[in-house]
Amino acid sequence: MTSDLDAAERLSSAPTEDGDTGGEVGIGVVGWLRWMWRQLTSMRTALILLFLLSLAAIPGSLVPQISASPTKVAAFVANHHTLAPIYQKLGLFHVYSSFWFSAIYLLLFISLAGCIVPRTWQFVGVLRAQPPAAPKHLVRLPVYASWRSRGSGSDSNAGAGAERTLDAAEALLRKRRFRVARDGDAITSEKGYLREVGNLLFHISLFGMLIAFAVGKLFGGMGTVLLIEGKGFSNNVSQYDDFMPSTFYTADSLDPFGFKLDRFEATYQTTGDQLGTARTFQANVSYWTGSDASTAKKATIRVNDPLTVDGSNVYLTAHGYAPVFKVTDAKGNVVFDGPTPCLPQDGNITSVCAIKVNDGYVDNNGTATQIGISGIFTPTAATDASVKKLGPHSIFPDLADPKIYLTAYHGDLGNNSGAPQSIYQLDTKHMAQYKFADGTPLTLPLAPNQGFKLPSGGTVTFTGIQQWANFTVAHNPGTGWALTSSMLAVLGLIGSLFVQRRRIWVRAVTSPDGTTTVELAGLARSESARIAEELAELALELQDTAPADVEADAEPIEESAVQEPSADDDKVAAGPTTTTTTKE
Amino acid sequence: MRILAEAAIDTRFANISNVLIYSAMAVFLFAFLAYAAEWTFGGRSRVARQSAALAGRGSLAETVAEAEAEATKAGQAPTVAVTVTRAGGGTTTLTRTVAAKAGKVDVVTRGDAAPPVDGVGASGGDEGADRLGRIAVSLTTLAALLDLCAVITRGISAHRPPWGNLYEFTCAMTVVAALLFVGLLTAGKDVRWMGLPVTLGAVLGLGIAVAVFYTDSEQLVPALHSYWLWIHVSGAMVCGGALYAGAVAAVLFYAKDVYEQRKGQELIKGGWWSDVFDRLPAAATLDKWSYRINAFVFPLWTFTIIAGAIWAEAAWGHYWEWDPTETWAFITWVAYACYLHARATAGWKGRKAAVLAFVAFACYLFNAYGVSIFINGKHSYAGV
Ligand code: HEM
Repeated sequence: MTSDLDAAERLSSAPTEDGDTGGEVGIGVVGWLRWMWRQLTSMRTALILLFLLSLAAIPGSLVPQISASPTKVAAFVANHHTLAPIYQKLGLFHVYSSFWFSAIYLLLFISLAGCIVPRTWQFVGVLRAQPPAAPKHLVRLPVYASWRSRGSGSDSNAGAGAERTLDAAEALLRKRRFRVARDGDAITSEKGYLREVGNLLFHISLFGMLIAFAVGKLFGGMGTVLLIEGKGFSNNVSQYDDFMPSTFYTADSLDPFGFKLDRFEATYQTTGDQLGTARTFQANVSYWTGSDASTAKKATIRVNDPLTVDGSNVYLTAHGYAPVFKVTDAKGNVVFDGPTPCLPQDGNITSVCAIKVNDGYVDNNGTATQIGISGIFTPTAATDASVKKLGPHSIFPDLADPKIYLTAYHGDLGNNSGAPQSIYQLDTKHMAQYKFADGTPLTLPLAPNQGFKLPSGGTVTFTGIQQWANFTVAHNPGTGWALTSSMLAVLGLIGSLFVQRRRIWVRAVTSPDGTTTVELAGLARSESARIAEELAELALELQDTAPADVEADAEPIEESAVQEPSADDDKVAAGPTTTTTTKE
Repeated sequence: MRILAEAAIDTRFANISNVLIYSAMAVFLFAFLAYAAEWTFGGRSRVARQSAALAGRGSLAETVAEAEAEATKAGQAPTVAVTVTRAGGGTTTLTRTVAAKAGKVDVVTRGDAAPPVDGVGASGGDEGADRLGRIAVSLTTLAALLDLCAVITRGISAHRPPWGNLYEFTCAMTVVAALLFVGLLTAGKDVRWMGLPVTLGAVLGLGIAVAVFYTDSEQLVPALHSYWLWIHVSGAMVCGGALYAGAVAAVLFYAKDVYEQRKGQELIKGGWWSDVFDRLPAAATLDKWSYRINAFVFPLWTFTIIAGAIWAEAAWGHYWEWDPTETWAFITWVAYACYLHARATAGWKGRKAAVLAFVAFACYLFNAYGVSIFINGKHSYAGV
């Protein structure tokens, strides 16, 4: 019966389930370890871990993540006093680096390794060995044909039938690119090894992806910088607004280069129901490598089109307006003159601004103080009536009718308190708001080139508008590896899912009376219905050598061995090994 | 105001596209009604159905005989004919008869390799119902073509790929689902049972697209200015259309499997539902379809995610940042990997795997719609 067992060997080397391996498990540590390892590397565990992985990924899409948006996390923490600490403990603000998420995918990859290594090993064995020997009772296989031939075919001489039939079958199978071997009175052949190759390639590529991802996380990093038109940047930590290093990517690892934002351009939809939707953004820059800005080259950075310098990419990630203000003090000295970037709040770029005059201002009494102006900038101001109802807001993102609605404070800007400050907001805790003569707070709208007198002396003038752009400078090692291994994974999947592995056996026996009995049998995974067609074609082609010319089924071969395979047992799908059933 | 350098929208084509979408929706609806009528009227004539089944078998036998006769007569190239014999208790044997010059060879297939016993189909063999069914198929084809033209004219009107927002994405996805169905029919696959759910999905999809997601044909937001829009979004769309069919097959498999089991335990007393279930393909066939479609889509979905990652790398500076859309694409991917694994794991194939296929599709839908609507990520799919 061994040959039958061989034939029935599964065409996939997937690990079989192991409910009853108890016999091998000795008592003691080794036994337990072996048992655990076997559990971990079983298909069922892989399935459960995969399922857990997808479940575990969900919270990260619902709870704000530090990596994506620290401000949202801060807002969440501020608003949820009971939930936030619990979330914090569970690592829900950094799900994808939390211990439980890591535990799941690490276990999964250990399981994968435990699965892949023996499978690869086994597969190499399969490749080095001959295709499995022909089962004794071919008739038991799921696809089967037999006929008898007297050998009256075209050019035969009776009697030599078996050998010639086998030779012909061998040639035909080789033409169909089966791996073929002679096995006594039979031919054994197999095809579709690429399925297993593909499957192994796919799973191994997953490791490639994991490693590439880890390399990116460990050796990559990024920083962001906001540049107003005309301003330059050189790549070192002090120039970043925000720098996100990683374990092996630190201030010392930065590539030496720099760039300058010459001009930012945007276009917007001017008609229809998508009025104001942005159509193009582009930053015209000059960049240089090393520290010599005189060697600058021109380039354009667009949203999907970063600039690559050395090992870093420069991305355009945001933009906005920077109104230019000129502030003089009571003595007429210019104490502030320059652009201040404002933070966009909506699609029409209604923006909040904070102009901070840190030093130099001296009021009517000769006292030095700090000045803070907070404003709402609108590139295209809404009508006065609408502003009265809804507050200042922009109705179009381009500069059609720019206005800034502002109010001014004097006192202590709080810069020295040590707490980090937003550049878009004033901390007015230690400041007093300027008032009009009648005691109402000083608030007013300004158009470009308009200004007002500060009650404590001096002037504030809105002299013009510039644009700013925000850039991300990123260093992403391992990207090429990630791409390569993911492409290999797709390739592997295609092999694994679309190639059918199958076996065909041919047996020919010439009996003393000179008739040759030819038997064909095929075995494939149940998803493949093609094996029957293949066998039929083979039978057809064999007719030239061994024509079916003896009245069939005088007495069927081994009919007694035929039994009903039950439909829900996978082992049977791969070949009837369960031969215990008795014949009715 | 600055002069805006933008290609004009051709409103003529945009209007044609809108009219075509409404027409496609109407024709899909008629097709749906015709399929429904086929199921209804086909059920009425039990007798007709049984006799048709018998007739069908007869004609197969005839084919074999003919093929044999022809081959022997002419002594030419032998042919292959196929017969399916059904024994009681739901077992089948498929026989391919090789009619050779001087005899014949039967290639017998049985056990799991043999085809399962499928129901006779929606019409139940009733001629009138069958005619309705064929009308439904013609209507589906017409609707699919109208839908396709609508998508193409939309693209022409804006000079760009016609899937720049959820409205366009949904319309294009219905085209994919409908064309896939029509394509399978054209290829001679016996999938008319899929007509009812496919047209229902198309009507619902287009309806929701028009009612909820509609936006005028416009240029793209800068984030979408990339040739990856062609690759990544069309990949996602094709996957969506096909996965819908895969999920439908999985759900029907589940239902039919329960039905077959209960029937096996003689718990089914007949009646209208039983009549419908009897006409559906066998559970094993539905399972095969579900697997085939989902397995076909899986590599494509993998590729779509990779394309998205490449795009993200170009747009945002990192190829994977666990943005909500990325996260849900990953969840969907893992869910389908679960499904494929389940199919290969003892104790999980069958109904449990079907549930996984359905859950995976729900993840896909949530990713395409839920995330765009409820969760704000970096993905800016304009017009919601
Ligand atoms: C890292 C996560 C994993 C993913 C994303 C994954 C994905 C897949 C996919 C998509 C298939 C379908 C290909 C096919 O049906 O031939 C597959 C098959 C398979 N996987 Fe995995 N897998 C993972 C981990 C594992 C682990 C841990 C094991 C081992 C326990 C494993 C063992 C297998 C086997 C044996 C098959 C082939 C089943 C068959 O013969 O049909 N996989 N895997």
